[in-house]
Formats: sequence, structure tokens, C-alpha cells
Amino acid sequence: MISLSNINVTFQSKVQSVVAVHNVDLQVEAGDIFGIVGYSGAGKSTLVRIINLLQRPSSGKVFVNGQDLLSLNAKQLRTARKKIGMIFQHFNLMASRTIYDNVDYPLKSSKLSKKVRDAKVRELLELVGLSDKLAAYPSQLSGGQKQRVAIARALANDPEILLCDEATSALDPKTTQSILELLKALNKNLGLTIVIITHEMQVVKEICNRVAVMEAGGIVEQGDIVSIFSNPQNSLTKDFINTATHIDQMIDKIKAHPSLTKLGYYDILCKISFVGDNTSQPIISEISARYGVSTNILFGNVEVLQQTAIGQLIVVFSGDREKLEEAIHYLNVNHVSIEYINIAGLQQLNKVGELG
Amino acid sequence: MIDFFQQYFPNVIEVQDDIISSTYETLYMVVATSLFSAIFGILLGVIMVVIDEGGILENKWLYSILGKIINLFRSIPFIILIAVVVPLTRLITGTSIGMNAAIVPLVIGIVPFYARQIQNALLEVDPGIIEAAQSMGSGPIEIIFRVYLKEGLTGIIRASSVTVINLIGLTTMAGAIGSGGLGSLAINKGYNRFHSDITIVATMLILILVFICQFIGDYFTRKTTH
Repeated sequence: MISLSNINVTFQSKVQSVVAVHNVDLQVEAGDIFGIVGYSGAGKSTLVRIINLLQRPSSGKVFVNGQDLLSLNAKQLRTARKKIGMIFQHFNLMASRTIYDNVDYPLKSSKLSKKVRDAKVRELLELVGLSDKLAAYPSQLSGGQKQRVAIARALANDPEILLCDEATSALDPKTTQSILELLKALNKNLGLTIVIITHEMQVVKEICNRVAVMEAGGIVEQGDIVSIFSNPQNSLTKDFINTATHIDQMIDKIKAHPSLTKLGYYDILCKISFVGDNTSQPIISEISARYGVSTNILFGNVEVLQQTAIGQLIVVFSGDREKLEEAIHYLNVNHVSIEYINIAGLQQLNKVGELG
Repeated sequence: MIDFFQQYFPNVIEVQDDIISSTYETLYMVVATSLFSAIFGILLGVIMVVIDEGGILENKWLYSILGKIINLFRSIPFIILIAVVVPLTRLITGTSIGMNAAIVPLVIGIVPFYARQIQNALLEVDPGIIEAAQSMGSGPIEIIFRVYLKEGLTGIIRASSVTVINLIGLTTMAGAIGSGGLGSLAINKGYNRFHSDITIVATMLILILVFICQFIGDYFTRKTTH
């Protein structure tokens, strides 16, 4: 559906050249909701603009719907763009036009009759749930409503792809949720392929089936959402995920208040994660029953991504040293990954290290 | 009423007809110049915006040339400009004096100013909206007419009323080439003959014209703001 290969973008100014995107390869399949996540300045907005050539790459190839966009002339490119909708962080609605006219804008240049256009505009506004706001001006709408209008407008020419550039970043959490629900429904009902640029892992977690993580103009990691969340390789990816699951904040809290855990000499404080079927097994009670290891659960979180559950627990295991070793071995065998948290000093960690 | 005028504006009564014809001359020059300047000024303003860096038809070279020409003409004091463009005036109107002759330097004097005003008004249009229009497959002509001129309309109206008010000021100087109008009435019949009541009446008529422009401008600004 969308295929970017070896994309580079360099911005030249008199004093210096800035590399915004560096050697990026990206494949988005039809029906995907593809998330591109990264901090500001990572180059993600530049990257998404390459898909409809609002930004021309310095080098590389851009194929969308099987068309080599870089080979098109201006007119052909405009036709191709009609099949690639786009929505923005600040909505970019035309303030001098009513909601109706905003949605009608992209249709006016089409050859459709006035009657067909009218039906289309009403149908689109119905789809995004704003049928009652036809005659309102954008300044009279809330942020979430504006983004709905923008979505209706982007869909006017029946695109197969929708690009979302930080589309929920200016919205509050509840409105974000409702916009994401709408996007999800569009993906499901219209078969719309969606590319989402965001700095919020929460958004990716909510609706994406695939994700790419960007840093300094390059993609550091990409893959399907479940494997990225359950087994992130890059430290930036881990950062993003931990922020989304609040695990990081929790670990910081525990480190700041050692009294919370009252660790004994052989106690192990660690984060354990498990994916899919493991989530439904009573692993904790199992190690208690088998090895007499008691578990103090400090924090727990279960995410369901694409129908796959991913669980994370911060726990303290206490018990005899040998028993602990066996328990850890049991967890490893059952594909539960363990990450030790250093709080009781190096000596403690070394002991734990031997165990792991 | 007549008594009042006779006591405080004795000379005004005498030149009644001149006052009416002068007002007509000023209005004629303002309206004719406005029409020509609107065409050239908006055209030039739009061109400046679209060829600016990051514009939809970026052309740095042309932008810098046009920018310099505009600045050059804006720097020439109007009273001197009138004299400088006389050959061109004669070429276009066949004469170098009178109301019609004055329109040539007036247009040349006001277009650069108006073009800059239009340029600033159009730069107020959110670049994000231009980008959105591009993402929907709009071409440059469509973006100019359906986005810039439409979204920038309030700014264009504001710029226009400021420009017309400026233009009223310029027409008073056109008296230097025998254009007539309220400016030359105030100087020739009022100031030079020590008939200050005529000067005062001419000034008040000019102020009334300015206020009317201001009022019309504000009205349409409000009308087009949503």
C-alpha cells in the first residue's frame, strides 16, 4: 500500500544542512493502522509528509497504491493526493467557511453534480456524528468536533489512506479516546489504511497494529504491536512503553521509598512480564505452592493489544536462596521475562545476578 | 443658518460651487485610482505571497527583484513621483495636467503600498490551511482563489480601507499638476488667499470622506469575521 525505501531528507540552509530523515524504509500494508512514534524533532512529521509528497525526499523511492509518486507530474500528483487523506494537530479548517462548506471544499473541484455533492457532505458529517452542525463555523466547535470535521473533509474523495499528523495531541484524553474510536471504526468499516504520527505511546497502544519508533531521523525499531510491547529491543522503545504503562513512574517511586519494600537479604525485587496465554496461568500461586516462595505484588498492569494480553508486575520474591533459584528457573522456562531492579545496593544485585 | 455661515464662513458662501466640484474631483480620483490599484495591488500582493520562501510557487529570485522594486517606489516622496512619471502620464493619458493625468501617479504611488498591505494580510492565512488544501489535491490557482483570497478576505478589506484613506491623502497633493480636488481648494482658495474658513471646510470634508471609508471598512470586516 505504502512503500518508502531508503528515504533521506536534508534541509539546506546557508549555514548548515540538517538531516531530518535518514535512510528510512517503511512498508504499510492495506488495512494497517500504522503508528510512528517518537519525541519531537525525531523527523516523524517530515516522514509522514513524504507519503503525499508535501515534503519531497532528497533521495529514495515513494510508492503509494502501486504508483511511483516521484515520477508523477504536478497534475497527476494532485489526483493521487485526493486518494490520500490527511488530518493535522491543529485541524486546519477554513475559518471563513461553515462546516458544510469545509467538507464540500475538496468536492467542489470534482466533477460531481451539486446534488451528489450535497448527499456526500451530509453522509460524511453523519459518519463523524456532526449532522447537526452543518451551518456552524469552526470557531463555534470544540477541538474534538473540529477534528471530526477535518476527518470528514479528509474522507470526501474516498481515500484509501488517511495520514494523521499528531491528530490527537491537541485534545484532552477523553476526546482523544473518542477520535481514536472513530478512526478504529473507519479502519474496520471502510477498510481505511491509517498512518498515525504521535508522541503518545498510549495512542499507539490503543489502535495500532504495527508501530515504528523514530529517533534522530531514523527508525530504530519497527514491528507488530504485540512483539514490540512484549519484547522491545531498543532503549527508546522501552522508554516509550514504560511511560505508557506507568511502570517507570512506579519503579521510581519504589526506589525513592525503600521502606515500601523492606527487602530482606535474599529478597528479589524485580519486574516480571508475560505475554498471551501466560497471563491466564496462576504463575504466582504456582511458585508459592511449589517452592514456598512468597510474592509481594507492588504493582500490576495488564494491557490487551490486538486481542493479546501483556502483563507486567513489580514484585518482591522472598524465600530460601535455593528455592528462589528454582522459582526463577521455573519462571524462565515458562517464558516469563524477569528484569531485576537494583535498590538494595550492588552486593544485593550481584547475588541476584548469580541467580539469573 | 445662512446668517451663521455668513458670519463665520463668509468666503465659503462665495465659492460654494467650487466646493461641490472639488469634492467631486476628489471622489473621482479616489474611485478611479482605487479600481486600478485594486487590480494591480491584489495581483502583486498575491504574487509576492506565492513566490515567497515556502510559498506554493516559490521563486526566490523573482521575489527579491519584485520586493526591491516595491520598496524603491515606496521610498519616492509622492510629490516628486508626480513629476518623475510625467512622461509616462503623457504617454497614457495624452496630457500631463488635470484630474485624469493625476490618476497615473496616484496608481503608481498607491499600488506598492497596497501590494505590501495585501501581502501582509495574506500571510496571516494559517500556513496549515494551505498545507491542508495541498493535501486535498488543490492546485496553485485553486489555492489562490479558494483559500488565500477567501480566508484572507477580512485582512484584504482592512488593508483596502487603510489604503483608500491613504489615497485620499495623496489626492490632495495631486493639486500640484492641476488635478483640482479638496486639497488644491484648501491651498489655492483657502491658504493662499488667507481665507482660512475655506481651508477648514475642505479639511472637514476630507475628514468626512475618511470616516465614511473607515466605517465601511469596519462594517465589512465585522461581516466577514466568523
